[in-house]
Amino acid sequence: MKSLRIAVGLLAAGLAGASPGRAEEAVAFRGATVYPVAGPRIPNATLVVSGGKVVAVGPTDAVVIPPGAVVHDLTGRVVIPGLVDTHTHLSGAGGADQSTALDPTVRQIDGVDIRSPQFLKALSGGITTVNQMSGSGHLMSGQTVYLKLRRAGTRVEDWLLCADPAKDVCGGMKMANGTNSMGDPPFPGSRAKSAALARDLFIKAQEYQKKVKAAGKDAGKLPDRDLGMDALVEILEGRRIVHFHSHRHDDILTAVRLGKEFGFTPVIHHGSESGRVAAELAAAGVPVSLTVVDSPGGKEEALHVRWENAKELRDAGVAVAINTDDWITDSRLLLRSAAYTVRAGLSPEEALLALTLAPARMLGLGDRVGSLEPGKDADFVVLSGEPFAVRSLVQETWVEGKKVFDRTEPADLLVADGGTGAFDGIGEVHLDGEDGR
Amino acid sequence: MTRRILISVFLLGAAAGLAHGETVAVRGDWVYPGNGPAIPDGVVLIENGKVVRVGPAGEVAIPAGVQVYSGAVVTPGLIDAHATLGTSGIMNSNAAQGASGQDQDQLETSGPIQPELRAVDAYNAREELVDWARSLGVTTAHTGHGPGALVSGQTAIVKLRGNTVDEALFDPERPVEMIAMTLGTSVIRNFRSPGSRPKAIAMVRAELLKARAYAEKRKNADVEKRPGRDLKMEILADLLDKKIRALVTAQTATDILGAIRLGQEFGYDWVLDGAADAHQLLAEIKAAGVPVLLHPTMTRAVGDLKNASFTTAAKLAEAGIPFALQSGFEGYVPKTRLVLFEAAMLVAHGMSTERALQTITADAAKILRIDGRVGSLAAGKDADLVIFDGDPFEYTSHVCGVLIDGVAVREQCR
Repeated sequence: MKSLRIAVGLLAAGLAGASPGRAEEAVAFRGATVYPVAGPRIPNATLVVSGGKVVAVGPTDAVVIPPGAVVHDLTGRVVIPGLVDTHTHLSGAGGADQSTALDPTVRQIDGVDIRSPQFLKALSGGITTVNQMSGSGHLMSGQTVYLKLRRAGTRVEDWLLCADPAKDVCGGMKMANGTNSMGDPPFPGSRAKSAALARDLFIKAQEYQKKVKAAGKDAGKLPDRDLGMDALVEILEGRRIVHFHSHRHDDILTAVRLGKEFGFTPVIHHGSESGRVAAELAAAGVPVSLTVVDSPGGKEEALHVRWENAKELRDAGVAVAINTDDWITDSRLLLRSAAYTVRAGLSPEEALLALTLAPARMLGLGDRVGSLEPGKDADFVVLSGEPFAVRSLVQETWVEGKKVFDRTEPADLLVADGGTGAFDGIGEVHLDGEDGR
Repeated sequence: MTRRILISVFLLGAAAGLAHGETVAVRGDWVYPGNGPAIPDGVVLIENGKVVRVGPAGEVAIPAGVQVYSGAVVTPGLIDAHATLGTSGIMNSNAAQGASGQDQDQLETSGPIQPELRAVDAYNAREELVDWARSLGVTTAHTGHGPGALVSGQTAIVKLRGNTVDEALFDPERPVEMIAMTLGTSVIRNFRSPGSRPKAIAMVRAELLKARAYAEKRKNADVEKRPGRDLKMEILADLLDKKIRALVTAQTATDILGAIRLGQEFGYDWVLDGAADAHQLLAEIKAAGVPVLLHPTMTRAVGDLKNASFTTAAKLAEAGIPFALQSGFEGYVPKTRLVLFEAAMLVAHGMSTERALQTITADAAKILRIDGRVGSLAAGKDADLVIFDGDPFEYTSHVCGVLIDGVAVREQCR
């Protein structure tokens, strides 16, 4: 504790000394109970933020608030890191079409409307980083995009976590198996065919990768550029993460098998039966992002979904996240979803980890978001009480040191609670089941 | 969860399932009777499946030898005021849409007005979601035909017990509770006609006018002059004769007003269902004197429900409009909602535990007109109880016991 005190003190002092201008923009949040996730719960904590980053967090008596910092009193409140949602369909961006079952070329970035009130909805639930996903009706439905919900901005580029979408890897790759991606040709009609089609594509990618390597710096020997192959090579090189929709236990293992063959570690999404193969997932080092729902059923793959999956995965040593799969669950209620894993055996700390640092790591963003520690993005949520208590509500959400949701603002409250006009302008959304069938 | 509720037997007694007719006691650190303040260290004494006494442990002695179930909190069995439990199954399999199986019997799309479809012919007492709901405290449900047709069919009230619909019926003499009607976009999408809201209303009016004539004719003193049997007309005539009520699902303000207009024209008893825009029409709904079965609190705010709000329940309460919560119908994943969790959202948004509990117990019973038997814990009522290991509405509490008619139907924690 003593070393922490000194380190925090030095950091804050250094900041204050080096640049008075920067110190002025420092903001301190004092008095709340803070769950930094990177360490144990801190009652009566102070969090110092500057330049969009966390500069200090610790017990109030151990944190030096830079001179000139704006101080917010959060006595009685609870602060947690901004939630990271590994799987959402906000703003209905679409994805691959019916022309092929595997389409690595299509990008969510080209479909996202950041002005959709759906994103404010997510902020009202404390979500600050999302993996915007295409649907699951394909074996490979395209490139996902990781977004920081900065609220301000006019273009999707304003919300990216990468610098240049033409060059950088700005998201993952959505894959699926099981029944969702089956259909008439060119879609697969069976599980084995599903796996064969995916393997075939990755083999092509390996060959493309070989040609690129063989060409070296000789541009004349390079294969014709192929958008899909480029993205797949990023997977083979470990630079793009595969987000794999998979429910049934054997389908989950098929996804693991595919990853092993081609040298990547997928993140299993939904994982309705993941508890049944927890040991195998642990052995393979494959993490799972669960969708936690109120009841089983609705489709064959979800017949055995259970709240106990989270505990069973934890017991086996598998990294666990909890996602919204919005609209399957409501982004405003992600904390509630996680509470059901506490109901079924996780500790509150483990459930909070599953909403923050664990999913951040599953997106390859664990060094930047998911916990409150110096140097990380100042993304956090101010709650009225303990994270998994029914009466706790999100009061404020902050992204990179800026307040982006405030329950006392009428426009924000409208989206948080719903009501006339809350979701106008989200376009025509037609959901399964909406018509009573 | 494999934890079990604490079961103690004061003297020698049967360890397992209780037979109807035995005396049982349920003791809670807090007993919520459902229609009044919670009783600290309360006892509910049960005989022959009925509650015989409720009160503080100091006043209600537990006789020697009876089986005692105990837990932190005891509430009345929860009532789902409008579900499709048992008719819309876990597989979500619809043969009419090409699936290999069929467990979606809550909606028939061969015609927009089919009041003759009976709930008893659709309800599957062994459906897995019935067990799921029961494990989370639901003991009574108003279920049957769902939304999506102008008239989709009939509903019935069941206890979540038994292996057959006959064993499940709340009142064997009452296999028809309401006629399920829907006004709104879903009907227009599900059928070629009606293709608009005015057409929908016109079609219902035309049918009810026919039924009115039928109802008059069947009252003819001369048996010979009575009309021949007509399944559609019989049930609509029952509605007009106020033997049964209409459950009218209407979410948008336009549809709610349409439902009120129809009700006024034909004078039948009815219940407003869904009512996502109710917060815009509190005065009109109150003036119509119609109770509301409010959409699930956490319903997806899209389409006709895009104005749904977590706070509508509080506004109905404030306006003095009788209302209850429901699980409604879900067409995908998850396949059903649970009223326990829907009511928890009311607590999250400021409602008291007692008031929120009423929306899924006493108030639901009153609106369904079954409060003589269920919805609260009082002498003479059915012994339907739920035992929790903590605050019923905390997400992290568990339902650890469920009794229906004095019989433990669930003893594991979930």
